Amino acid sequence: MSDAAAPSASRLWDLANPTRFLNLAARLIPILAVATIAAFAAGLYMGLRAPEDYQQGSTVLIMFIHVPAAWLAMMCYSLMAVSALGTLVWRHPLADVSVRAAAPLGAAFTFLALVTGSLWGKPMWGTWWVWDARLTSVLVLLIIYLGIIALARAIEEPSTAARSVAVVTLVGFINIPIIKFSVDWWNTLHQPASVSRLAPPAMDAVFLYPLLVMSAAYTLFFFTCHLMAMRNEILRRRVRTMRIQAAAGGSAADVR
Amino acid sequence: MFGDYAGFIVPAYVISALVLASLIVWLWLQHRARLRDLDELERSGARRRSAMKGER
Amino acid sequence: MRALLTRELRLALRTGGGAFYGVLFFLAVVSITPFAVGPDLKLLSTIGPAILWISILLANLLGLDRLFQADSEDGSLDLLLLGPHPATAVVLVKCIAHWLTTGLPLVIATPVFGLLMNMQAPAIAAVMATALVGSPAITFIGAVGAAVTVSLPRGGLLLAIVVLPLVIPVLIFAVSATHGAVADPAPFTAPFLLLCALSLFFAVLGPLIAAWTLRHSTG
Repeated sequence: MSDAAAPSASRLWDLANPTRFLNLAARLIPILAVATIAAFAAGLYMGLRAPEDYQQGSTVLIMFIHVPAAWLAMMCYSLMAVSALGTLVWRHPLADVSVRAAAPLGAAFTFLALVTGSLWGKPMWGTWWVWDARLTSVLVLLIIYLGIIALARAIEEPSTAARSVAVVTLVGFINIPIIKFSVDWWNTLHQPASVSRLAPPAMDAVFLYPLLVMSAAYTLFFFTCHLMAMRNEILRRRVRTMRIQAAAGGSAADVR
Repeated sequence: MFGDYAGFIVPAYVISALVLASLIVWLWLQHRARLRDLDELERSGARRRSAMKGER
Repeated sequence: MRALLTRELRLALRTGGGAFYGVLFFLAVVSITPFAVGPDLKLLSTIGPAILWISILLANLLGLDRLFQADSEDGSLDLLLLGPHPATAVVLVKCIAHWLTTGLPLVIATPVFGLLMNMQAPAIAAVMATALVGSPAITFIGAVGAAVTVSLPRGGLLLAIVVLPLVIPVLIFAVSATHGAVADPAPFTAPFLLLCALSLFFAVLGPLIAAWTLRHSTG
């Protein structure tokens, strides 16, 4: 079936078998976990040794956990959008599992981006929350995530749920540029004259390297969690199927 | 080391650590729960469809 | 197609609910605003366009679950989608009928509520104009949410949650255009045209995606 496709595509289809995926996950998760811990150790060490920023003082340390969280929040949604395409276009059996597994993770990262952004903004601007373009866009992204999670939980029938969640994810994805554009527009309309953007400082290597390492750590963490969550979802479906069959078959199932 | 901003930096790191740790713990607990469910089901005689096919 | 439109309109008007509830909700939100912010007329006229638009937005959102529900419950939705006309066109007509009976009454009711908020004529006119070209976008975007939540209990609330982030651009451009019409330096035409663009864009995309979703979820 996949002769004409690139080897990586056929490998994706090899993984369509849940059992094979579970075996792969069992092997990958420990490796990713170790890599995550190592990256966090390196990133935190480099970050905490960074000097104070000229403008932002030591609060630049918050950047090392704010920017990766925001970056992951968006990367996670992109992954969900690709998985949604997998559900709708290619009908890959594990695509829906991927979306469901990723949504709570994305929401968590978005939440972290907001909280750390707020804690970064308070010493900078004196208020706990500021409706600047980026924080506002991240807040809207959080609402989108939570809506998808709520929708996934509300629909009982698995294939309808998969389709609906995929559609909403993709419609959200299409809208994100529009929302971003409109929020930026809105922000430039209302921005007072002398506000400095909540932006990373001039990217000296001494700030850039810890940031990159922390971003790598967060990314590895995400993929570790994503595989764990996908594994849990597959097992959950197995349990559900077995329960249904046990209820339907009654004692006949034992006889065979 | 953090100067006046410790009151912001420390909570930021602590909350991040708590959220990330909770994720791992939650996923791990879910995994254990599912494995327990599967064990329970196997013991009570339910079989997976592919296992049933293999027995025929 | 015209037969379908008249059918939809007749159905919507017979149940009557949409327009009445929408306008009533509009009234409710506008009425409680002064209790929250105080009766200072100057303040009210300043936030007036925003309050009007928030009410219009919410009234539209909360009425959207009726878009497909009645037909889905009695099975006629399947028949319509499998019928001679393309499913997208069917959904488009349903959206138009829904807007005419839910969105348009809100536009027409705007002057009254604008007066309650002590708004001046240019502001009221701007809100009406932006509501006229912007509320269709809400209906079309909402159609996707309605299609996805069509047979869910409490679907209306879930619909509102899912659709709300997607219609934020409509709100932003509408209020921005209104301010532009009232306060000179800000532009009116740019956001107004963006609103029109949104409505046109989603007039195609919304029914397309909604129809696809409905067709593949039946049964």
